[in-house]
Amino acid sequence: MDIAKFKPATVYTTYIASTPERVWEALTSAEISKQYFFGNTVEIQQRVGGSYIVRQPDGSLHISGEVVACDPPRKLAFTFNVNWPDLIEKLGPTLVSYEIEPAGDAVRLTMTEWHDRPLSDDILEGGRQGWPAILSSLKSVLETGKPLQVKMGPPAKMLAALKELGIKVP
Amino acid sequence: MSKPEFVYVTYIETTPDKLWQALTSSEFSRAYWFGTELRSDWRVGSPFALVMGGTTSDVGEILEYDPPRRLSYTFQHVLKEEFRNERPTKVVFTLEPHGKLVKLTLTHEGFGGVPELLNAISNGWPAILSSLKSLLETGNALAIPLSALGTKGV
Repeated sequence: MDIAKFKPATVYTTYIASTPERVWEALTSAEISKQYFFGNTVEIQQRVGGSYIVRQPDGSLHISGEVVACDPPRKLAFTFNVNWPDLIEKLGPTLVSYEIEPAGDAVRLTMTEWHDRPLSDDILEGGRQGWPAILSSLKSVLETGKPLQVKMGPPAKMLAALKELGIKVP
Repeated sequence: MSKPEFVYVTYIETTPDKLWQALTSSEFSRAYWFGTELRSDWRVGSPFALVMGGTTSDVGEILEYDPPRRLSYTFQHVLKEEFRNERPTKVVFTLEPHGKLVKLTLTHEGFGGVPELLNAISNGWPAILSSLKSLLETGNALAIPLSALGTKGV
């Protein structure tokens, strides 16, 4: 996989009243991620080449990837491939990076979703709807101790576009 | 219609009415918008201005005022030489109840050929709206200095 081929498709920035260390912990801890990531759990080996996994509440594998940059508490990047049959073959790999920077008494967290080929807005809608909900809830967890109850499924536009490409969606 | 150049979505644990008040009152905006006051009588067609420390930084016109659902105004920067002669851009806030939360969607469009202006507002809005969310959920806005935005502000 050639990282230089990837281009940013979606960027989401949020500012959080927290420390870079706590934001890093929230992004990498199974227990905390479960609160803000639609009940899913992030399991990550914090080293380049380590695994990045997101499990659904029933324990099944939802997303799997590999860590490509790991510089706590500043930068984390990993491949982020949804385990739907044929998805990676048809759309190519997805890369996600988090950048964490101090901003006054707050922390700026920038999530970027990268792809190695152009994808339609309908396909990208999954990330564009999901990330604001996930990261709004992460911010609430860190600032109030309580996650948000954001209920949403995959966007219909995206499911229709995937189906059209012959990708079986759950 | 072309796609808006900037879209930002956040979910806030509050009510549409409280969020509407925060978007239209200087009492709130001073706290979350780098000390900025919002000046308008909020009637469609009325003038709108952002005033920071007594100095007007942006002016515009109210396009839509439909509480607590949709607010829209034009926006023209008047301070910085490089931006002051550009055409006004358009801001739209959409508030939608989402379970016990409110989904806030901001779109900002009409930048034409001025990527520097789009870049400045792309740096500004996430900080302003993150601070607004903190203020409504915790009672405290964020202490983000303008210098930390990587731009000279919007």
